Amino acid sequence: MNDVTSDMPADIPDDVRYAPSHEWARLDDDLVTVGISDFAQQSLGDVVFVELPEVNDEVHAGSEACVVESVKAAADVYAPVSGTVVAVNDALEDAPETVNQDPYGDGWFFKVEPTDLDELDDLLDADSYGQHCESEGDED
Amino acid sequence: MTPGDTIFDIGSPGRRASAQYPAAGDVSDLPTSCLRTQPPGLPEVSELQAVRHYTNLSARNFSIDTQFYPLGSCTMKYNPRGAHRAASLPGFSNRHPLAPASASQGFLACLHDLQETLKQVTGMAAVSLTPMAGAQGEFAGVAMIRAWHDARGDAGRREILVPTAAHGTNPATAVMCGYQVREVAVAEDGDVDVAALKEALGERTAGIMLTNPSTCGVFERRIREIADAVHTAGGLLYYDGANLNAILGNVRPGDMGFDVLHMNLHKTFATPHGGGGPGSGPVGVAERLVPHLPTPFVVRDGDAYRWVEGDEMPGSIGRLSAFMGNAGILLRALAYARMLGREGMRRVAEYATLNANYLMARLADAGFELAYPERRASHEFIITFRNEAKTLGVTAMDFAKRLLDFGFHAPTTYFPLLVPECFLIEPTETETKAELDAFVDAMVRIRAEAEADPERVRTAPHTLPVSRLDDVKAARELDLTHVRSPT
Amino acid sequence: MLARIGVTSIDALFDEIEPALKTADFSEIDDGVDEMTMLAEMASRARRDETGPCFTGAGCYDHHIPAAVWDIAARGEFMTAYTPYQAEASQGTLQLIYEYQTMITALTALTVSNASVYDGGSALGEAVLMAVRANRRHPSMKTDGPRRVAVAGACHPHYVDAAATITRNQGIELVSTGTSGGRASLDALADMTGERAPVAVVVQQPNFFGLMEPVDEIADWASANGALVIAVVNPTSLAILRPPGEWGANGADIACGDGQPLGIPMASGGPSFGFMCTRESHVRQLPGRLVGRTVDRDNRPGFTLTLQAREQHIRRGKARSNICTNQGLLVTAATIYLAMMGPTGLARIATRCHERTRELLRTLVGIEGVATRFGGPFFHEQVIDVGQDADRVAGDLAARGIVGGLPLGRYFPELRDCLLVCATEKRTDDDIARFGDALEQVLHG
Repeated sequence: MNDVTSDMPADIPDDVRYAPSHEWARLDDDLVTVGISDFAQQSLGDVVFVELPEVNDEVHAGSEACVVESVKAAADVYAPVSGTVVAVNDALEDAPETVNQDPYGDGWFFKVEPTDLDELDDLLDADSYGQHCESEGDED
Repeated sequence: MTPGDTIFDIGSPGRRASAQYPAAGDVSDLPTSCLRTQPPGLPEVSELQAVRHYTNLSARNFSIDTQFYPLGSCTMKYNPRGAHRAASLPGFSNRHPLAPASASQGFLACLHDLQETLKQVTGMAAVSLTPMAGAQGEFAGVAMIRAWHDARGDAGRREILVPTAAHGTNPATAVMCGYQVREVAVAEDGDVDVAALKEALGERTAGIMLTNPSTCGVFERRIREIADAVHTAGGLLYYDGANLNAILGNVRPGDMGFDVLHMNLHKTFATPHGGGGPGSGPVGVAERLVPHLPTPFVVRDGDAYRWVEGDEMPGSIGRLSAFMGNAGILLRALAYARMLGREGMRRVAEYATLNANYLMARLADAGFELAYPERRASHEFIITFRNEAKTLGVTAMDFAKRLLDFGFHAPTTYFPLLVPECFLIEPTETETKAELDAFVDAMVRIRAEAEADPERVRTAPHTLPVSRLDDVKAARELDLTHVRSPT
Repeated sequence: MLARIGVTSIDALFDEIEPALKTADFSEIDDGVDEMTMLAEMASRARRDETGPCFTGAGCYDHHIPAAVWDIAARGEFMTAYTPYQAEASQGTLQLIYEYQTMITALTALTVSNASVYDGGSALGEAVLMAVRANRRHPSMKTDGPRRVAVAGACHPHYVDAAATITRNQGIELVSTGTSGGRASLDALADMTGERAPVAVVVQQPNFFGLMEPVDEIADWASANGALVIAVVNPTSLAILRPPGEWGANGADIACGDGQPLGIPMASGGPSFGFMCTRESHVRQLPGRLVGRTVDRDNRPGFTLTLQAREQHIRRGKARSNICTNQGLLVTAATIYLAMMGPTGLARIATRCHERTRELLRTLVGIEGVATRFGGPFFHEQVIDVGQDADRVAGDLAARGIVGGLPLGRYFPELRDCLLVCATEKRTDDDIARFGDALEQVLHG
């Protein structure tokens, strides 16, 4: 991506797991909440739209679940785990900038009732994800 | 005019351009359920107000007629007025598209001449003029590749190969034709990575889409080896004619081994771009794809010309538009080709290449970094501002916007995607050396400014009707139509 | 220049191209000629195609074009500009497109318009693709079978052909309801349920034969059956006819058509432009360019392309369409045309066309053996039955200088003796009388 606009180091909290394609997943009470990482929102720049899945959609780990759009790019968001969508963050429709402002909090995308919790173990922890981001940054 | 005042803002209820009002007709026989209850919210202005408003708007544009426009991959050359005059002759502009062929022999003769000329220019067996733009030509071309495989019962071929440097229309077209896209890497020297290509070829390969010279601004040197490999694997080669201007009258895609191609007449054949269109994207094919050509096209029977329609062409991919294509653009292209002739066409490519290589040499001498310094430029070339971006914090976009202040339209920016912070620069054959030199001078001045006062460059443009626009607001708070304030 | 590059000849600049590729024979291309000679050649051909009055419509109409329209549209600043990617250097084109978007939504009574596509036929193809994307919850989307799009009634056969070409490779099937009395068969539509349920219904108003379709019933059936409604409309007619946004209880979802009647010469059918409008909720499914109003860094209003992330140059293989054209120059002409016409002027044109066509029909049906084929309300076209092979009749009329309507046998074998005729505001009583006399001679010589 050419227009990395921020020099701020990306925030990589250790209470979530990460996919190499820059989604995060957090397990609370048997549900997995999904969003995109701080690194991803910095790379995209100002988010202008999120095309969310619909409740009851089936999603599959590693497959496209929705699309996040900035002025210069549109990126597919892949489901980090498989399951059924049980909630989506409708607030993003009117305030897509929340993804930039609070990617791990109010900027979440959707919640999944997972079919296989073991899939979470296939994701990266904060350290590995940090290294992964660094290696991607070097490619530019 | 006040910036942003629309035609709706300057009107007032009941005002009219009364010279444009014929007598009203009686529609009392139409049932009221069919009729509109409120008149549409169109502007209400006098003729002078309309003329003045749009004349003033025109002054807020850059154009070839007013500025150097070195947009890479767009071939913004001079559009000869004679061609415009020819296409606007009353017999052409008043011709109904479905007028009988017996009353259309002049027009049909023109189309037939253009088909023949384009066959000779490209080295293909047949041409259909009907696609209305480059992207529609691409669609027609890939749809023909699919029709050919399908007709042979070879339905397992579901992949189209596209180099990573390709224009976005190539993968978008392949998907519209129901194909999956497989990207092929481009090597350090700007040519396709032939080893990677051979690796990707196989039973699933329907074909490859290539531009030559490529979007990296270099001639694909191993093109015949690529063609042999693709054909051996059972695929076909599609030529994207975006850069045909670089080889016009010198080298033919047909001789390189391509099976199907489109041409961008609005580029190579100098028809005006009109602020985004119309274009025209005729397709040419090798013998084996002739049965799949889109309809209609023109044939000559004895002394008379006639249309070939779908009923004669059961293998055709079909019709692409309501009528025959962008006739007015085709007539302009024919007029241009007729004025150039054989020698003129050869000179187009030669001078376009000369101008590009000269401009590239001058910019390199001035310290700008070339993306492919070991290569000849085709009719265009790439420079990268990755150093300026890193050391000065001034990006390709900043250089582009500041060039506008110097009276030059910016080159193509950030394309191809594989070269960071780049300009793709295409001067075309119709610019003088003095114009190219002035462009280099402006580039040198902007870089000096970027060193001394980078903010000046980052906040450019400073002299245009508006400064940099808030794209984020435009996308988040969509305002796509004027809403009249309540009166 | 060569010295600066470090070569001694232009040929050296082509030294990366293998010699075998440089031996092509271009000898069949003639020598060039000067502008005067070229214009003389072209003029002699153009003159051969000059005819008397035109009574053919079928998607392309011979309207008066105010002198100012092309005087302004053909200014080099509009005609020779590129796509407005550099917004600051393209405010003229961008603002004009914003005004265009406003005008075309006013005509269709929908809220969003793109900056145009190629023509009416390809617009219908794009509309069908868009409807399939927008209606992704439709039951047929979960099956492997084709996604069916119903064409209700008499839609322009060339539009249907173009749409079929454009959509065929994406598993979409266009299914006609057939016609009865020249209009949509509502019974046939009502049968399209269950596995045959369409994702969308296309209806043209006025239809290909110039007749009024029962658009309210069709739109209501569609919304009751989970299908989107695609309206194909004539922009001139929308000055007086109920707009797609008001069809049925919910309105059409997409309206498209050809902008040629709005100040664009017939010119063999192109270039013109296709327009596409939709509801705001579908805006991200709309293909093509969109212009939005925003502000610059000094908070002044300005215009820019927006939602570009949908488009091919960013989204590549996942773009809404491969289209990278809007018919900018033609949209320029149409915008100036609509500004000068205003709501009342355009309504005058529309009502005058209707009145002229009624006058034409009165004259033609006075000829022995000539009758209108279909009854009921029409706009500015109608089908006449001449009782003889209409293809031959049209050729004979052309030989007498009259472009006398479209023979329909090619499209509808049962209408072999029928011509689709049209009269615009330009057709005078004399023109109509000439047509009548010519037809009388041709039929009863």
